[in-house]
Amino acid sequence: MTALAVSTAPSRWWHSRAAYRFMNHRLALLGLAMITLLTLACVVGPYLLPYDSLNIDLRARFAPPMTGNHYLGTDPLGRDLAARLLMAGRISLLVGFSAMLISIVIGALVGVVAGYRGGWISAVLMRTVDGFLSFPSIFLVLALAAALRPSPLMITVIIALTKWMEVARIVETEVRSLREREFVQASRMLGLSGTHIMFREILPNAMGPIIVAASLTVARAILLEAYISFLGYGIQPPLPSWGNMLNGAQQYLASAPWLAIIPGAAITIAVTSFNFIGDGLRDALDVRNDHI
Amino acid sequence: MFSGIQVASPADVALSVRELTVSLPEGMERANAVENISFDLKRGQILCIIGESGSGKSVTANAIMGLLPKAIRIPSGAIQLDGMNIVGLSPEKLRSLRGRVVSMIFQDPLSALNPLMTVGAQIEEVMAAHDVGTPASRRSRAIDLLIEVGLADPKLMYHQYPFRLSGGQRQRVMIAMALALEPAILIADEPTTALDVTTQAQILKLIRDIQRRKGMSVMFITHDFGVVAEIADSVLVMEKGHIVEQGGAVQVLQSPSHPYTRRLIAAVPHLTGEDRALVEAPANEPILKVEGLVKTYRSGSALFGKQRIVPAVNQVSFDLAPGHTLGVVGESGSGKSSLGRLLIKLLDSDDGRILFEGRDVAKLSEAEFRPLRPQIQMIFQDPFASLNPRSTVGQILTVGPAAHGMPYAKACDEARSLLSRVGLDAGAFGRYPHEFSGGQRQRIGIARALMFKPKLLIADEAVSALDVSIQAQILKLLDQIQRETGVSMIFITHDLRVASQICDEIAVMHKGRVVESGPPSQIFLRPQSAYTRELVAAIPGEQQGGARALAANS
Repeated sequence: MTALAVSTAPSRWWHSRAAYRFMNHRLALLGLAMITLLTLACVVGPYLLPYDSLNIDLRARFAPPMTGNHYLGTDPLGRDLAARLLMAGRISLLVGFSAMLISIVIGALVGVVAGYRGGWISAVLMRTVDGFLSFPSIFLVLALAAALRPSPLMITVIIALTKWMEVARIVETEVRSLREREFVQASRMLGLSGTHIMFREILPNAMGPIIVAASLTVARAILLEAYISFLGYGIQPPLPSWGNMLNGAQQYLASAPWLAIIPGAAITIAVTSFNFIGDGLRDALDVRNDHI
Repeated sequence: MFSGIQVASPADVALSVRELTVSLPEGMERANAVENISFDLKRGQILCIIGESGSGKSVTANAIMGLLPKAIRIPSGAIQLDGMNIVGLSPEKLRSLRGRVVSMIFQDPLSALNPLMTVGAQIEEVMAAHDVGTPASRRSRAIDLLIEVGLADPKLMYHQYPFRLSGGQRQRVMIAMALALEPAILIADEPTTALDVTTQAQILKLIRDIQRRKGMSVMFITHDFGVVAEIADSVLVMEKGHIVEQGGAVQVLQSPSHPYTRRLIAAVPHLTGEDRALVEAPANEPILKVEGLVKTYRSGSALFGKQRIVPAVNQVSFDLAPGHTLGVVGESGSGKSSLGRLLIKLLDSDDGRILFEGRDVAKLSEAEFRPLRPQIQMIFQDPFASLNPRSTVGQILTVGPAAHGMPYAKACDEARSLLSRVGLDAGAFGRYPHEFSGGQRQRIGIARALMFKPKLLIADEAVSALDVSIQAQILKLLDQIQRETGVSMIFITHDLRVASQICDEIAVMHKGRVVESGPPSQIFLRPQSAYTRELVAAIPGEQQGGARALAANS
């Protein structure tokens, strides 16, 4: 039966095809490289630098970049800026990633259940989403951060709570269309439980948009953390974050501009890189780009 | 240069393709979509290009229209049109030829028409784009064209938007657009595939009439030998990018010389007026008894605005004896698929009873019905949509039985043996659905439905998406499975020829009701209702076949 011989195409072609398209997306690759470098630097860097981030040296205040072993200069208390930048990066990236993870989990859960169940369950869940969306998130975050004692964990949770709705909406739309596909009908025909169908059959097929939403959510979470820390409601000194480093730099903008430029650049690089990755993933996972 | 081919005098030839090769981008299943093909389309003739999916027939049409995507190139060959070789012509020159010299009608008239423009405006646009006529003359020409393609009330039709028209009307509008500039050549790419059989018969007749009246040359692409028999003057058979046979229609259809053509013609399902040899004597107790089943779709809110009420299934009743196959046939919108989904409770019925082995399952809740699900299984229409792309074949087959408490190891053994039973090798177990062809996927779908050893199998258009040769294999497989396991089957299809092959009993549905039911011999040879007669008469290429069966039977 030669007609029935199974073809020998590489398994999971959408993975390899999508990976191929991603690898041809220059900006996305650039973003991925930058993020990898930044993460590595933040994880390993502080051990390699000669100064601790909390080490105060009042004799070396306002040293400009490339002064002795202070590669990026020092701040008003004479702390090494490079060490502070990398330690701040740990906090900022960690907050961004964790906030993304939490919002993806909540968003996917709400989206899948609302999309698959429909009816009043969907109505209640999606109106909750609308309710959350109708708060101006910046002010909500600021109010919450002012009322509660800000800690990195608290900031992460607060950011996640203002960012999950978009994921929920994306997933809900996706699941609603997947629900009508024949393979889902077939799962019902086999008598599989609703939970199994939702999370084992449908969710893997909705991973594409979720991954894209994830990379864009990281970027926005980092930005939001920087924003509230800059305003002084976020991560509290002496713990450094990119946002509160900017806050400390604003009064010296004329005399020591590197204090603002360097953390500002770090935020910009991280956020644009994640956005590039998001764009690349979106193009790579979009089957309509198959002709490329 | 082309000395190898007998050249007809140039005056007789409207279009001539010589040694044409069209290459595919790297990484596709073969290097060339079509390879070294040569043929002539004679003036005033209908040439049918027939082949299965992937044979390169649509690529050939698009190459002639100059509509190939950028990634697909023509490395060699010539297309002589209007005394000009159009291969390598500039886009502007090609554009001036399109519509004026060649025009094309497509398979899906809904997506080929602009949804935001009225029918009249779209026809006029074709003329305006080629600077033909004045606004007033274009308008009157558009109305003439609408009359020409047989649309009733052309003045009203002129102002309609495509979504208001039926599939057949849309295809007529497409034909009117294609005729707007009186092209010498009309290319029709599967123009009737998406249409119901009665509409298909009308459109085929229209194309033939217009072709005769205008002396046009038509290149007609199809996968259906029935259509070829209806319309073709000459035939060209393609397989995997090569022309395997060409010649006059009668010659190719009645004495095909190439084995592939012979295989294709043999695979075409023919209407048999004979009843199927019964597997066993019918038992007294029907396995399934349906009484007065009703399903009504309501769209729009009852609270705000008007509610649209569509009766999909209306007072349907039938019995199914164990080991028998009931065919449910009807055109799109007849409610046959809704009926299938009601029986397997993927849809809830509004009224009526479904007695499965004497127990009414219509009113059962999902939780109460779940233990019964293994006994009623379904084979779905679209082999590409009905398998989860993120699951391996093994997972697809074992997930159901595992959920109903079968030990995983046992389910795996079962799945492997079923795979070989449906004609796939055991290596299929760990692979993903996309690695299989349509026919192979449908086999996987059948294996999934058989995992539970069901008592009732519902096949919803199970072979409609497949090529004829694959269709024949799958029908044979279903027949064999039924003979071995004694499973009862409900076979839902729009194709009467297919239904006649596999069913013991046939129910004809029209607008939600069963208008006639009985054994195939009655339905096809002595139809009682006017609608059934119309359906049977519309089957393409069966005039002689039906008569033959009648003669053989009497």
